[in-house]
Amino acid sequence: MRITQGCFSFLPDLDDTQISKQIEYCLENGWAIGIEHTDDPHPRNTYWQMWGNPMFDLRDAKGVMMELDDCRKMHGDDYIRLCAFEDERGIESVKMSFIVNRPAEEPSITMTRSDYVDRAQKYAWQVNR
Amino acid sequence: MTLDSEHSHANDAKIQDVTINARDNDIAGNQASVDLAAEYESSGVAEVLRELDEELIGLAPVKQRIRETAALLLVDRARRALGLSHQTPTLHMSFSGNPGTGKTTVAMKMADLLYRLGYVRKGHLVSVTRDDLVGQYIGHTAPKTKEVLKKAMGGVLFIDEAYYLYKPDNERDYGQEAIEILLQVMENNRDDLVVIMAGYADKMDMFFRANPGFRSRIAHHIEFPDYSDDELMQICESMLAEQNYLLDAGAKQAMQDYITQRRAQPHFANARSIRNALDRARLRQANRLFSQAKGPLTAKQLSTICEEDIRASRVFKGGLDVDRATS
Repeated sequence: MRITQGCFSFLPDLDDTQISKQIEYCLENGWAIGIEHTDDPHPRNTYWQMWGNPMFDLRDAKGVMMELDDCRKMHGDDYIRLCAFEDERGIESVKMSFIVNRPAEEPSITMTRSDYVDRAQKYAWQVNR
Repeated sequence: MTLDSEHSHANDAKIQDVTINARDNDIAGNQASVDLAAEYESSGVAEVLRELDEELIGLAPVKQRIRETAALLLVDRARRALGLSHQTPTLHMSFSGNPGTGKTTVAMKMADLLYRLGYVRKGHLVSVTRDDLVGQYIGHTAPKTKEVLKKAMGGVLFIDEAYYLYKPDNERDYGQEAIEILLQVMENNRDDLVVIMAGYADKMDMFFRANPGFRSRIAHHIEFPDYSDDELMQICESMLAEQNYLLDAGAKQAMQDYITQRRAQPHFANARSIRNALDRARLRQANRLFSQAKGPLTAKQLSTICEEDIRASRVFKGGLDVDRATS
C-alpha cells in the first residue's frame, strides 16, 4: 500500500532532480533542512529518527543530497523525509516536509473497530509490518 | 534568479545548435559560431577582471594568471556550447605567497569569476583553516570535514594555511583523515565545488610533495609575490581614502620609512601590517586630538594623520620587545 504524507502527497514520487529543486526552494527561503527516517509510517508517529543534525547555513542543494544519499545507503528500506525548518521568530517550526524514499515493499494500514460504552464505536489504525 | 534564467535561455539556444551539429558530426562542417568578445562582456567576466585591476594594487603576475584562466574557461565554455568538449575542467587551485599578499581577496574574486562563467552554481566563498576541518578525537574529523564541505557545495572552499592539515611528525594526526575526504570530494564533486588551498610558498611545496594526490588534482598554481615599498604605499593611501583619512607631507615620509623598517622586522605581513599600522596610527591621532585640541575641530583636522602619529610606532624603536628578546 502506497503511503503518503506531507507535501506532494498527491504526486508521484519525486526524482532526485525534482528533490534538488525543492531543496533549492527551501534554501532560498532560508530554511534549515533536516533528514528523518522511520520504519513506522503510522500517521500518529510524528517522531521519526533524525539523520544527523538539521543543516543550517547551506547554500546549495548538493550538500543535502550528499547526506540523503548516505541516509539511503544506510536506511534504504525506511521511509525518509526532508523537513524544512523556518527559524524566524514567531514561526520556529517546520514549514515543509515531504517523503523522498520509501521501502520496496510498503506496510499496509488496516482499520479496527471496537464497541464502546453505549454502542459507541472506536476506530484505530494499525500498521502491519 | 533572473540571472540564472537568462543563462538557461542562452544555453537552450546553444543546445539546439549542438543537436543540429551532432547529426552531421563533422567539425569542419560545423556552422555554429561563438562570439568570444561578446561572451566576455555579457558573462560579466570583463567586469570582474576590471574590478580586479582597479581594486588590487600590484600583483601583476597574479592578474596575468587569472586573465589566462578566465580566457581558458571562456574558451572551454564556448567549446562545450558547440559540443566539442564535455568534461568539466579541473578548477582546483593553490595560491602560494607570504601573508598579507591578497590571497583571500583574490579568492573571493575568483569565486565571483567562476560563478559568472557558470562553473560554480552559487559563487560563495567558504574560508576555513585546519581547526574547521580536523577534529580532536577519533571519529570527530570526518563529520567536521563533511559539514564544511556541505556548506561549500556550489561555491568555493578556501583552505587557508592548508599545509597545517598534514603533520609529518605525528603519524596519528587526524589531518590525514581530512586530507583523504578532501581528495575524494575534489575528484568526485568537481562539478559542485572548487577548492583553493593557500599558504606560504615553501611550506605549500612541502605539503604537495608529501601529498602527491593534491598536486595532480590541482590544475592552477598561482604565486603571489610580495608587494614592493611603492605598492605598499599606494595600498596605504587607498586604505586611508576608503575611510576618509589622509596623510600630511610629514606623515607620508614617516610611512615610507615605516614600510622599509617594518619589512626587515619579523612577522612582516605585507598589506596586513600596513592595515594594522594604520589602525594604530588612527588610535594615536584620536588620542592626540583628544588631549591637545583647544576649541572646535575642523573636518580636515579630524581626518589628517600627522607625522608624530606614525613616528610613535614601536617599529622605529626596533620592533616589539618580545621579538628583540628572542632574535
